[in-house]
Parts: sequence; structure tokens; C-alpha cells
Amino acid sequence: MAAHTEILSAPNPPGLLTWIRKNLFSNWFNSLLTLVSLVIIYFGTISVFSWVFVTADWRPVTGFPLLYLVGQYPRDQLWRPGLGLWLITLLIGMSWGVWEKFVKAFAIFLGILLGVLGFAPVVTPTITVAVRAAFIIGALLIYMGYLIGRRDGIKGQYVVTLWVVLSALLVLVVLPGFDGNPILPRVETTAWGGLMITLLLAVGGIVLSFPIGVLLALGRRSSLPVVKISSILFIEIIRGVPLITILFMFSIILALFLPAESRIDRVLRALMGIIVFSAAYTAENVRGGLQAVPQGQVEAAKALGLNNFQVTTFIVLPQALRMVIPVTVGQFISLFKDTTLVVIVGINDLLGIGKSVLNTDPEFVRLQAEVYIFIALVFWMFSYFMSYASMQLEKSLGMGER
Amino acid sequence: MSIAADKRSGRKIPFWRDERALNAAAQIISAVIILGMLYWMARNFSEISKQRGMSLSYGFLSEPAGFPISESSIPYDPTMSFGRAFLVGLINTLNVSVLGIILATILGFIVGLARLSSNWLVSRIALAFIELHRNIPLLVLLFIWYFAVFNRLPSVKESITLPGPIYMNLRGLYLSWPRLTETGNIFLIFVVAGIILALASWGILRRIREKSGRETYYFPASFGILVLIPLIGWFVAGGMPLWIDTPTLQGFNYRGGLRLTTEFGAMLIGLTTYTAAFIAEVIRAGIQAVQRGQIEAAKAIGLKNPQVLSLVVIPQAMRVIIPPLISQYLNLTKNSSLALAIGYQELFAVGKITINQAGRAVPVFLMVMATYLALSLLTSWVLNNYNRRIQFVER
Repeated sequence: MAAHTEILSAPNPPGLLTWIRKNLFSNWFNSLLTLVSLVIIYFGTISVFSWVFVTADWRPVTGFPLLYLVGQYPRDQLWRPGLGLWLITLLIGMSWGVWEKFVKAFAIFLGILLGVLGFAPVVTPTITVAVRAAFIIGALLIYMGYLIGRRDGIKGQYVVTLWVVLSALLVLVVLPGFDGNPILPRVETTAWGGLMITLLLAVGGIVLSFPIGVLLALGRRSSLPVVKISSILFIEIIRGVPLITILFMFSIILALFLPAESRIDRVLRALMGIIVFSAAYTAENVRGGLQAVPQGQVEAAKALGLNNFQVTTFIVLPQALRMVIPVTVGQFISLFKDTTLVVIVGINDLLGIGKSVLNTDPEFVRLQAEVYIFIALVFWMFSYFMSYASMQLEKSLGMGER
Repeated sequence: MSIAADKRSGRKIPFWRDERALNAAAQIISAVIILGMLYWMARNFSEISKQRGMSLSYGFLSEPAGFPISESSIPYDPTMSFGRAFLVGLINTLNVSVLGIILATILGFIVGLARLSSNWLVSRIALAFIELHRNIPLLVLLFIWYFAVFNRLPSVKESITLPGPIYMNLRGLYLSWPRLTETGNIFLIFVVAGIILALASWGILRRIREKSGRETYYFPASFGILVLIPLIGWFVAGGMPLWIDTPTLQGFNYRGGLRLTTEFGAMLIGLTTYTAAFIAEVIRAGIQAVQRGQIEAAKAIGLKNPQVLSLVVIPQAMRVIIPPLISQYLNLTKNSSLALAIGYQELFAVGKITINQAGRAVPVFLMVMATYLALSLLTSWVLNNYNRRIQFVER
């Protein structure tokens, strides 16, 4: 008996030294690699630190926080984007409460970010106590939304409805306002800018392109030659050319094909380009989902007497769309990055604001590194946490597979 | 009531329930909508073009362009035609795309393998590289490379000198470059012949080995041919067929050598590192898709580690790697259009200037779009053929 227990007892958990020997110095080549890596990391860290804390001049970044956030949006109307921030933080909090882990990482990241912004030791006249309070309340609203969303009565579909209604209200009413309205005066989209417009174009692009993409995907699988061929042509042409040509087409060429007196807003034109671009890619993703629905499902539905339309809407699409959620999140991240291209057609998104800040002061001429690295950092944080959330989503959807 | 029952009872199916009639109607309706929209746009266009005196003709292509292009692989000056300028732009796009694809593949392979390294530190550095590049927009990366790195290079007088010699300064990169002398053409013929013969002998000897099982030493044999024939050419040419063109400082600038502009450099490095991060992930996924048993089996029959990698793992991984790799190559080619933002004058940038100069927005635009489309289709056609060849044939 005693001998057996001796044999069966688990080996000691590997200590730190064993781990180091196994993972870093298993043979001479590995040891060499480790040493070279250590040297690279050492010098890399030192030069990054000395640049960030000593050499770099962060004035063009810290001096214009509001410009980076909302662009030229009138400063006396700031409560409108502020209200938008609150609505969105509340909704993100509620989504966190309802869907727990998918949104969790992103919600916590956003909360911390807002907290940091609220207490950031940046001394500029534009950051008033009210602005700081807006950030901190936003962070608190995420938590409040979480508490609300966790309650049993709150269902996913309520939150989705709230998202749709409130964001439509925000984008169509609160932010643009109306001509001659004393409470909500018109704010032209030329004044919109910064992170606000980057997020607006990315979210608007992905949401509005989705239904078009689904229709195109269905069209591509249609048995009607006219529908099928035109869908294929649309998808393949759009996917074959760079996004910048499509943005350019909508910002310059489109006007030549519309009635002479029609005027489409500049931001709207860019958004249209993004939607068209994104729809072609969504169509291909959805097509992948449609192909993954087993043929038996269609046959069974037909055997029950459903017609083609019912088979598609009630049987095929719900299953297909569930499968394309993770890919769509990935597509959203790449679209979020791609929105930077609108700077080429003259829209002041985050990158555009960076460019114009560099032009405000002759002293800033040599400070491109600081500004662009700051912008890269902002994009990096958002994309990284979104892709983290999408990995969680993929994992949990994989587990739920039947 | 089913169609069969309808038929049995001898009644005709009403047309609004006849599937063929419904399909035909749906086709006609969609065709009318699409054609109607196209017609409406065409009418608007003809009205506007009449007002502004625009035309759809491509006659302007032979008119003088009148704008300079900062770098060109073929002779070009502003007196040459718009068509020539367009060609210069296309060649610039191809230059940066082809070089970018080659470099991104090499770098992507290295980073992908590093990511899978058993060395924890190496794998983490590769991960950091991948996550850093995948989560930042390419345009921002290009701005950093161009404005924050290449535009900060020292002036000509204080050029950074790298071994080679390579000189780096604000005006560009100057490399030493071999150029042909008068006898060079003879040598060049021998080089081309050597490459062709080496490839042929490689193919033939390899097939003989596969058929007969005899070792034919195809690698040393074809490599020998590749070295030997140009060597004969060197002596046949008599005298030096090549000379090394070294950049030298003359006055305020370097003369001679091969000059790469800073725009080209920033574009190439930005595209390469960005795409390499995506390729690294593709490679990692492909290698991880090879079953562990394959590696163990290969080791069990006595293959060495490099052989396991080159004979067992990579050929199988390639089947998974190639399709996403194709789309990365296509992305890189399309992304080269961002060069417009940093002033490297490729296809799209030249197209944009042409629109401003010639005032023919629509024809120029169609040309640019068609060219990108043709490039995409060509790339995917070539690579899809290759993909079909290497895909696993089920027996």
C-alpha cells in the first residue's frame, strides 16, 4: 500500500527555475535567442521610456482634449455629445448586465478610460469641471446600467430596442439639431469631428450595411439569374477595389450621377461609401453562414409546408446569422480602423484632427510622432478590447453549439 | 393543394401561384429596378456633363500631362502624355506591391514561426509585434513611418551611413547598385539561360527521382547549372560585364547608385510590417492545423527537425495557409492606394491628379477602378491556380 501511494503521488509542480530552464534555456540555440531577446527588450524599453517621459513634447496631445473627442462641435452645445456619452455608457452597462462576459471586458475598459479622463491632470481651459463630471458620471452610468441589466426582468431584446431607438434619436435629432430651434440649434456636420465621428462612421457603417449585406448574400444564392448576376457583380467589384476609391467615388463622382440640384451632406456621403464597402464584405460573411446551414433544415421546413420566403426568414437566416456574429465583430474592428481613410476625403475624424492640430502652431511642426503615436494608442486600445470581447464571444458560441 | 393535385384535376394553376411565372416576374421587376436606376443616373450625368462641357472620351490620354511625378522607373517628364503618367503610376503601384508582398511573406513567416517558438520570450515578442500592428490603422502606421521616422532623417550633409555603402537622409535612401556595361548584354543572356536550364533540370531530375526512386541529386545539379552558366558568360563577355554604381556626394546631393525616395521607403516598410502581422497569424494557424501525430510520426521515422519542418509540416500547412494568404496579398495591393496620403505617386494618386488636370473625373475614375479590379483578379487567378495544384487530393 505504502509503495503504491509513493508511485501515485503527483510530481512536484515545476518551480520557477525549472520553468525558466524549460522555456528559455532548453538548448544552446534557445539560450542564444533568449539572450538576444533580452537585449532587444532592454534597449527597446529604455528608449521608449526615455522618449515618452523625457524627449517627447506632448503639448499637441494634452492641449486639445475636446478637439480630439468631438472636433469643432460648438462649445456651448457640448451638452449634446455629453448626453450621447451618457446614453451610450448606460446602454453599454445594461448590455454588460444582460450578456455578461461578451461586453464585460469592453465595458470595464471604457469605464476605466472615462475615469482616467475625468481625473486626468491635464490643465487646459477647455476641460472644465462640467466636462470632467460628464466623464465620471459616464463611468458611473456604466455601473448603474450593469445593475439594471442584471435584473431578471430585463431581456436582451429590450436592450436591443433601446439601442436602436436611442442611437437613432441621438444621431438624427440630438446631434444635428434643427434649423432655428432655440434648444437644439442646427450643428452642421462640418463641425463634427474627432473620436465622435470615427465611432459614428464605424458603428453606422456596420449596422446599416448589415441588412444590405444579408440581402446581397441571399441574392447571390438566388436561383434567379438577374438577381444572382447583379449581386455577384456588385460584391466582386466592391471587394476588388480599395476602400479609398469607393470613398472617392461617393465624395466626388456620385454628385455627377444625381440630379444637379441635389446636395448630400459630406459626412453622409462618406458614410454611404463605407456602407457600400462594408455591405460587400458582410455579404460574403453571411454567405459563409448560409452555406453552413445544413440542407436538411431547408428540406424539413419545406416538408412542413413553409414557402420559400418563410424558409429563409424563419429557418435559414436565424441559424446563419448566429454563426456569423464573431466574423462580424472582426469585420467591425477592421472597419473601425478603416474609417481613418475618410481623412483623405476631407473629414475631420480622429486622424484628421491630429493633422489639423499639427498645423495650429508653428512649434508643433516637428511633433508628428507624438500626435500620431497618441492616435495609434487610442485606436489600439479600442481595437484590442473589442477583439478581446470577440474572442470571448467566439468561445461561448462554440460551447453553445448543438 | 399541391401542384400534382392541380394537374390531376385538369385545372390550370392560376399564374399568380405558378412558380415559373412568379420567378419570371421577380426577374423582370429586379431587372427593371436595376436598369431604371442606371438609366436615371446616366440621364442625370448626361445633363450635368452637357452643362459643364464634360465628355466621356479617352482622347485626353494622349494629351500632355503637365505634372511632374517624383519617381518613375520608366523615363517620364511633364511633357509626356496622361497615358504615360498613368503607366508610371501603375508601375509604381506594382513596384511597391510586389516588393511588399515578397518582404511581408518573409517577415510574416519569421514572425509566425517565432510565435510558435518553444522559447517563451521569443513567442511573446512575436505576439507583441502582431498585436501592435493588427490593432492600429494602416494609415496611422504610414503617417508614423513617414512623418515621424523618414521625415526626421538627417540632411544630406549628415547622412546616416550603413555598410554597403547605403546612405540615408531626408532625400531618400541611396544604395550601391550593379549596372551593366557594354558587354553586359551577353552576360545577361547567359544569366537568363542559366536560370531557365537550372529550373528545367530541377523539374526533370526531380521527376526522374520520383518515378524511379533513384537519387538524382537534383538540388546540387541544378544549383551547379545556375552558378556555372553565368560564370561562363562572365568570361565569354570579356572584361567586366557589371560595374557597381556607388552613390557619391557631389555638391549638395548624392549622385549615382539606386535612389529610393522616403515616400517609397515609408510605404514599403508600413505595408510590409502591417501585412506581415496578418500573415504571421495565417502561418501560425496553418502550422497549428497540422496534426501533432504527423510530427511525431516524422520524428519516429528518423527525420531531423529541419526535415520535419520542410518535408512534413510546411507542405501540409500550406494547404491551410494559401487561401487566406491570397486575400492578404490582395489586401496589400489594394492598401497600396493609401500612398496618396503620404505623397508616393502610385496609380490612385496619379489618377487623382489627372482628374484635377484633365477634368475628366468619370473616365479616369473608371480606368483606376478597372485597373485595381484587373490586378485583384489577376493575383487571385494566379494564386488560385497554385492553390488548386497543392490542395490535398483525396485518394
